[in-house]
Amino acid sequence: MDDHLDDYMSAVTGTMALPLEDAWRPAVRANLEVALRLARLVDDFPLPDDVASAAVYST
Amino acid sequence: MSETPTAMSAAEIAQAVSSRKITALAATEAALARIAAHDKVLNAFTDVTADRARARARAVDAAIAAGQPAGPLAGVPFAVKNLFDVQGLSTRAGSKINRDLPPSPRDATLIERMEAAGAVLVGALNMGEYAYDFTGENAHDGPSRNPHDLARMAGGSSGGSGSAVGGALVPIALGSDTNGSIRVPSSFCGTFGLKPTYGRLTRARSFPFVASFDHLGPFARSVKDLALAYDVMQGPDADDPACIVRSVEPTVPLLANDVSRLRVAIAGGYFQQNLLPEAVEAVARVAKALGATRTVELPEAARARAAAFIMTTTEGAALHLDRLRKRPNDFDPPVRDRLIAGAMIPAVYVDKAQKFRRWYRAKVLELFQSVDVILAPATPCTAPKIGQATFTLDGVELPVRPNIGIHTQPISFIGLPVAAVPVPLEPMPIGVQIIAAPWREDIALRVAYALEQMGVVTAPAPRGL
Repeated sequence: MDDHLDDYMSAVTGTMALPLEDAWRPAVRANLEVALRLARLVDDFPLPDDVASAAVYST
Repeated sequence: MSETPTAMSAAEIAQAVSSRKITALAATEAALARIAAHDKVLNAFTDVTADRARARARAVDAAIAAGQPAGPLAGVPFAVKNLFDVQGLSTRAGSKINRDLPPSPRDATLIERMEAAGAVLVGALNMGEYAYDFTGENAHDGPSRNPHDLARMAGGSSGGSGSAVGGALVPIALGSDTNGSIRVPSSFCGTFGLKPTYGRLTRARSFPFVASFDHLGPFARSVKDLALAYDVMQGPDADDPACIVRSVEPTVPLLANDVSRLRVAIAGGYFQQNLLPEAVEAVARVAKALGATRTVELPEAARARAAAFIMTTTEGAALHLDRLRKRPNDFDPPVRDRLIAGAMIPAVYVDKAQKFRRWYRAKVLELFQSVDVILAPATPCTAPKIGQATFTLDGVELPVRPNIGIHTQPISFIGLPVAAVPVPLEPMPIGVQIIAAPWREDIALRVAYALEQMGVVTAPAPRGL
């Protein structure tokens, strides 16, 4: 995916009508790389199929 | 009792005002004078509400003179992070953009509860932009500075809260903590801080960041002051959908209860990595004082931090999406760049992070069947220099800004209550997290109080003023 990250950034910001000036692109990309690395760490964890999202704690 | 109102604790001020030894107005004027004398260098305050404070103080004095019961915080000056609504001020939340909001028509609920207890609001405090910060630096208002070394960070995002209390400008301040924003500035500025259980204190009429784990809480220079503020702010509030309906559970009467039978453990693994020697020393001192030798492992803590990071960046991006489209150049650029990146994270990862949170919380709660308290470092190090970009942890050079909160994020992620306690190392203090099971703020505060009585933790006099 990283090989296509610049294309992905352009596609997402275009689709969402988000600004992304050329001068910001290196910093945004660096942040995105960190976030995706951490997201993959979460994704790698095997969760039971029936686990539900946590929302508000009541107990 | 201490000699002057500025040197007095909140408890001492309230007692003196209640017994008419001093007036609330005198306590307020003393705080305003200290703010005028020192905030030029600390830069903790963005607004000083002097007229309002004097009017409120006179009302407290008049009520006491009329024989009405004085509140537990009678005449105590306090200030709030500028993401709390203050009637008549735009809630800037550390941003340039929010200054264009109309003035708030009503105070945040927690301000109302503090003032109902007799406290006197003296102003609003500097913070990192939109709370997406661990440093206390702010592109628009300048950095809040550390009261023990003005060249160092106050910590963030409640930097002004840490700076104001650490600098003894006010005895109590309120802040918010999403990933560590009460505990980090408490650690750097040498104050006590309480991040209560998620849902315990209402967030009504405060500017949000990550609703899934935004918390509000107090900073103070003593555990009793921390507990006094916490106690008066408890209670349900229909204006915050996450605020639980639970009766008030006062902690002040319990502070001196024996802690020797509490089962105290040290967080191992993840929480013993990425630390400079001062953080190791601080945890060791606290553990020794409590006789803690057992170590417990919070399972998958690194993954918990990762999941907290993902939820933070995506919920933050969702919150600010329209502002990113319309006013991107009015953000602090590093905040903008993080938020735009957050908007690009696929939703499936966010859903998995939410589900992982359920799994992780259940596993951590199992630990509390055999322990009452878990000790962990609050920060990897003492306060870095303002503007410092990197530090070296376990031999790896890392960016400072996102890594200051690596030991706080896995805890707030699941809403556990934490008292941050200051270990007065030289030349700079550093904090330790006293972590308890959900709704057991009383235990965290009792342990903090015991450590304070032993002299192991204390808010040092500001060394930089």
